[in-house]
Amino acid sequence: MEPFVKHTGLVAPMDRANVDTDQIMPKQFLKRIERTGFGQFVFFDWRFLPDGSPNPDFELNQPQYQGATILVAGKNFGSGSSREHAPWGLADYGFKVIIAPSFADIFYNNCFKNFMLPVVLPEEQVREIMTRAQKTPGYKLTVDLPNQTITDEYGFSTTFEVDPFRKHCLINGLDDIGLTLQHLDAIEAYEARQPAYRR
Amino acid sequence: MQPRTMFEKIWDNHVVLQEEGKPAILYIDLQLLHEVTSPQAFDGLRMAGRKVRRPDRNVATVDHNVPTWSRDLPITDEVARKQIETLTRNCQEFGITLYGLDSPNQGIVHVIGPQLGLTQPGMTIVCGDSHTSTHGAFGALAFGIGTSEVEHVLATQTLQQLKPKTMEIRVEGQLPRGVSAKDIILAIIGRIGTDGATGHVIEYTGEAIRSLSMEGRMTVCNMSIEAGARAGMVAPDEKTFAYLEGRPFAPKGALWEQALDDWRKLPSDPGATYDRVEVFDAAKLVPHVTWGTNPGQVVPITGQVPDPEQFADPVDRKAAERALAYMGLEPGTPIQEIKIDRVFIGSCTNGRLEDLRAAAEIARGRKVADGVYAMVVPGSVEVKRQAEKEGLDKIFKEAGFDWREPSCSMCLGMNPDILKPGERCASTSNRNFEGRQGKGGRTHLVSPAMAAAAAIAGHFVDVREWA
Repeated sequence: MEPFVKHTGLVAPMDRANVDTDQIMPKQFLKRIERTGFGQFVFFDWRFLPDGSPNPDFELNQPQYQGATILVAGKNFGSGSSREHAPWGLADYGFKVIIAPSFADIFYNNCFKNFMLPVVLPEEQVREIMTRAQKTPGYKLTVDLPNQTITDEYGFSTTFEVDPFRKHCLINGLDDIGLTLQHLDAIEAYEARQPAYRR
Repeated sequence: MQPRTMFEKIWDNHVVLQEEGKPAILYIDLQLLHEVTSPQAFDGLRMAGRKVRRPDRNVATVDHNVPTWSRDLPITDEVARKQIETLTRNCQEFGITLYGLDSPNQGIVHVIGPQLGLTQPGMTIVCGDSHTSTHGAFGALAFGIGTSEVEHVLATQTLQQLKPKTMEIRVEGQLPRGVSAKDIILAIIGRIGTDGATGHVIEYTGEAIRSLSMEGRMTVCNMSIEAGARAGMVAPDEKTFAYLEGRPFAPKGALWEQALDDWRKLPSDPGATYDRVEVFDAAKLVPHVTWGTNPGQVVPITGQVPDPEQFADPVDRKAAERALAYMGLEPGTPIQEIKIDRVFIGSCTNGRLEDLRAAAEIARGRKVADGVYAMVVPGSVEVKRQAEKEGLDKIFKEAGFDWREPSCSMCLGMNPDILKPGERCASTSNRNFEGRQGKGGRTHLVSPAMAAAAAIAGHFVDVREWA
């Protein structure tokens, strides 16, 4: 996977709370056995009208947000199903960063596995970014993971929290299965001391 | 030693390695697999040239895509069939036990785990499925993971995990008649919200929880994820042990005795503290019905569709407005006046034998209302077999319910069982998200008895008046 270090990109606001993974990736697309190509299905039921044409009222279909790579959304983003098809779709669509006041746990974790950075900011700052993105054509943010900062060209600047190990893995593009397998001895030793009824 | 919660004991028991500043490497005793969230994980293994480290600690079944009509008919959805065939091939290649469509052990993954005795107290259990929290009813630490983590478990039988926080939800007192486990968990989510337990593992305690059957505890733990929780759990007790004893994968003989000794040490120590505590009074609980598009948008059956104006938080107000528009409901409408088109009884939340018995009790000698289509989908082949042995299928059929084959079915509509746009459904499942049961479909979550009663009446009714 491509590491994540620093990214500058167009911001798309999605002023909705509790956007669940059923909305991000509707069930009819979960039958595919591939990991790629899910971008065309992301937000499908919101994004397209019944006749298959783009829904002009849907946020991401607005001309000014075409090519957006940073999504800003309401609280509890990614709630519901554990389907990793949701972050696969968002990443394949082109998003590198998702900013929200809070995320559901499984979705948050799934983002890191796909080298997409979920950023938690206080509600007021998320609101501020959303307003700026709605009012300023071509509004961009720069997300700097090593320094844990988010800035725009108009004086907005803030810092964010991220678990140090997850940050390390993202910046260095590390495969965590490979990392865990370095501790095979410890895993085998653990198994040897499990109670007999569980072996 | 510091008093510890049950979660902390299980966590401590499973830490393989804890390095400073890193997530713990946590041992996973059991991984359950299904057709939807596993194919890419197996592909990942193949691409990296890795093997499944412990095939004996992984068990697979098919549930999400499975049609509920006759098993003798082929699956006509080619993409679904291919996904099921892919799981079959992957299990053969990597030496994993699969309970396929022709197996008497097939069923919804969270129904068959407990049924087979695979789910045991003190275990760590994962599955690429958020409702894995169900297994916490046995005093296991069980949680849903994404496909990348499924691959991690296949390759290493461990996961890298940051330690979650703990939360006690104590439900004191006795549940009134006609009020079920489903109503407990809906009331909890209604109060704390769909993100109320984010980052936490919930332990459900109190007299009302202790009084629940294992099936009821599974219903409560199942919907922990709907409150945002990482997992939900209930301390094991004699009821847990009686449920497990003699099941195919439960320990036998001297090993059973040894296991019991260990399992009795699992409950939280007196004086152990949680990061958060919420207390509920069971005596005050009533049957609940969701009105919106997430499980936190829920009211008592005696209530009304709320007015968005009554929400203080502008975010919640806007969410309520959007939900009412989607659901086609007017503020102030009494819940009992809401008419329904469809009824779905089943799912990993409420597709077990006890759930079917509760629904059948209501359906017995009555008829499904004109214009309502109601279906019952048992959670597993074994649940179906037992229900038929008890004659529940006959009760349902005589009342005009459709009696189907086991599957996740209309809980998420990955198989052909879906709502049409605008159709309104009383459902015993776990999510009333937009489009969950079919694009434009309108879902109201209720208990099995409430769903059966709605099928008979054609609208929501207070099942306490029928009990």
